[in-house]
Amino acid sequence: MDTMMQALALVLNFETIVTILIACLFGLFVGAIPGLTATMATALLVPFTFYMDPIPAIATVIACTAMAITAGDIPSALLRIPGTPSSAAYTDEAYAMTKKGQGAQALGISIVASCIGGIVGFLVLAFIAPMLAKVALRFSSFEYFWLAILGLSCAALISSGGPIKGLLALFLGLAISTIGMDPLTGAPRFSFGSVELMGGLSFVPAMIGLFAIGELLRYQPGQENLVSNAKIRNPFSGVGKILRQYRVNLWRGSLFGTAVGALPGAGGDLGAWISYAMAKRFSRTPQKFGTGHPEGLVEAGASNNSALSSAWIPAMVFGIPGDAVTAIAVGILFMKGLNPGPQLFTQNPENFYAVMLIFLIANLLLIPFGWLAVRTANSIFRVSRAYLNGAIVIFCLVGAYAVNNSMFGVLVMGGFGLMAYVFHRANFPIAPVILGIVMGPLLEQNFLTSMIIARGDLTAFFSRPIAAGLGAVVILLWGLPLVLRLLRLLRPKAAA
Amino acid sequence: MKAITLIATATLGLFAVSASAQDYPDRPITLIVPWGAGGGSDATARIVATLLEEKLGQPINVVNRAGGGSVIGHTEIANAKPDGYTLGNITTELSMFHWLGQSPVSYQDYTPIGLFNADFGGIFVAQNSPYESLQDLVDALREDASAIPAGGANQGGVNHLAYAALVAEAGGSQAFWVPSEGAAPALQLLTSGAIQAAIVQFPEARALMDAGEIRPLATLNNEREPSYPDVPTVAEASDVNVSISGWRGLAGPKDMPQEVVDSLSAALEEIVASDEYKEFMASRQFTIAFEGGDAFGTYLAERDTQFGDALKAAGLVAE
Repeated sequence: MDTMMQALALVLNFETIVTILIACLFGLFVGAIPGLTATMATALLVPFTFYMDPIPAIATVIACTAMAITAGDIPSALLRIPGTPSSAAYTDEAYAMTKKGQGAQALGISIVASCIGGIVGFLVLAFIAPMLAKVALRFSSFEYFWLAILGLSCAALISSGGPIKGLLALFLGLAISTIGMDPLTGAPRFSFGSVELMGGLSFVPAMIGLFAIGELLRYQPGQENLVSNAKIRNPFSGVGKILRQYRVNLWRGSLFGTAVGALPGAGGDLGAWISYAMAKRFSRTPQKFGTGHPEGLVEAGASNNSALSSAWIPAMVFGIPGDAVTAIAVGILFMKGLNPGPQLFTQNPENFYAVMLIFLIANLLLIPFGWLAVRTANSIFRVSRAYLNGAIVIFCLVGAYAVNNSMFGVLVMGGFGLMAYVFHRANFPIAPVILGIVMGPLLEQNFLTSMIIARGDLTAFFSRPIAAGLGAVVILLWGLPLVLRLLRLLRPKAAA
Repeated sequence: MKAITLIATATLGLFAVSASAQDYPDRPITLIVPWGAGGGSDATARIVATLLEEKLGQPINVVNRAGGGSVIGHTEIANAKPDGYTLGNITTELSMFHWLGQSPVSYQDYTPIGLFNADFGGIFVAQNSPYESLQDLVDALREDASAIPAGGANQGGVNHLAYAALVAEAGGSQAFWVPSEGAAPALQLLTSGAIQAAIVQFPEARALMDAGEIRPLATLNNEREPSYPDVPTVAEASDVNVSISGWRGLAGPKDMPQEVVDSLSAALEEIVASDEYKEFMASRQFTIAFEGGDAFGTYLAERDTQFGDALKAAGLVAE
């Protein structure tokens, strides 16, 4: 109890609270602008943290990322331009709601589901972080391989154009991810002597191109009617009823996101995709998915933010960061003398609990700040779409350039924008492409590592208990529909 | 209010210096790190970048160009415009690329600015490993090295080299090395039981050591680490002897203007001597080392020969 009071004193003071509020506003701004990412927001904050006390320094990162990830849902729902790979999982759904005039509700759902998911992640982090981290440590390349396959399967199975088109789009994404150096031996592939290509195509410019530029190319002046439909009043009206209706999805998404988020390297991106697919598979009305149905939004939105909290588990317990944001955060922790490791829990528990409290506060702040952001976003519909598109292009250019500070990113963005346009025309889904690009390296690396360890013996993917379990789930996922269909074909014969 | 004032002063401070400084630098500098975010190279490069940013009054963007066992990032540093606006954190692997036939780049393709760190790795096993001491591992390697998968960063990296040297010294057959992108994935493989031994740097392994998940068998330093007095050296813990260190430094592409190199080298020397740097390095248990400008060039030439010899002994040199 004493440590809790000390932790409260560390957090509930003027400096920390003001820092959190400023970081929230900053995260909100960066997240809501298409083309600027949460990672970029965090990296920009680092220089400021040097002048702060340890707790406010960490608070800026936590508050900023929680806010930026959630704010990324705003352009995703209103303009069909997702801010992160994970919000790409449910962009089409949210946009379909906006088209039906329920944009406010879509945003309200993602904000409240994010908040609840984030708080579940916080509770897990606060109470069973060391235990969960121990489990995460038992995951080797064999288990990661199956997880990657599971995520990719989900993307293919749920995509809008049906599984065949989804699979093709996914394979294209995977093929694109093989451009660059072989992850283990360093042999250049498809680089044609260019150093830029040798480094591979990074996903941020590809994502901006596929979604933002593709959407802009698709825009025709006749589409103005969206404006009147999308009038946003109170984003939270009716949300409580929807969340009660889909409470199973809410808890499943939160818990699943937390579990996946705790695995270093796989985390949040996979979580939202698998959660959305689970929502569809277990839904009583799967045919409504893709037409502006809130069920998937609830589950994926919750999963998204809970994974964000639990990604800190391996980072804080074992110093193994899962993504760019936690890598930066681990750097700040070290710099401030809060070295990650089990001693963070035992030697300075008040610091640990202070960090936990910040998670809680940041997630609670999502509600008022989200409301503010949605109200502000309302005014973008009063701006002529022509001006709006112009501004989006500028931010996209900045975002694509800033990834590696090179014009190559801008070219990549342009190329993917054109590709997205062709895809729209041919009714192919684009979201699986981006997942393929993000997950490709994870899949390839873990496959190769496993094969090296097992000396090419494929049965090794079933030789470890967790891997075998995950493998069985994947086989069921693909095999069950086939078996069921086969049974249905056989049954009339058997009866006759 | 305090936070706002701090941020405001910090921002003003940056602008004030840049306005009054001489020509270089008059715009942001890019610092390429050839390894992924979160590893040791990333951490040291980021602290150097941050302190350098204060000294130079221009933002320094740290760009992680991981992959290909750091060949990509190193090549990119060497191919950058030598105007002082693209710098890089060059690492141990540079002493090996050309020996291994991975890439023609060598220390001669860079303008050395300064060495800022030199670290020794350690040999680690999982807590429940059957190898109680290094001697147990050495005996097992002597019997059949191909039955013991080991990891810790990329193929042909310093850790691989140290392991190959250990296997060669033990008189074992071919070393069984599982490459990975950096220490974190290798440690994950070790704790999950997919590999039997890992060679990584102590700071990278510390949190897992404290948690009782992994055990150090020996340090690759030729004397005991002051921070880990209980960990024996290879010679103390077994009947073989191996000692190899990694290094990290700041460099730019070849043919940078001398006055730029001088000002950067001087700034780096001040940084390495600063309390902030010492505190950070001590907190992560990185060992501080410094060689500036030409002395760093000589250091690199010596490393090149040492690693070439070691690689030849381990039978890794490409023909």
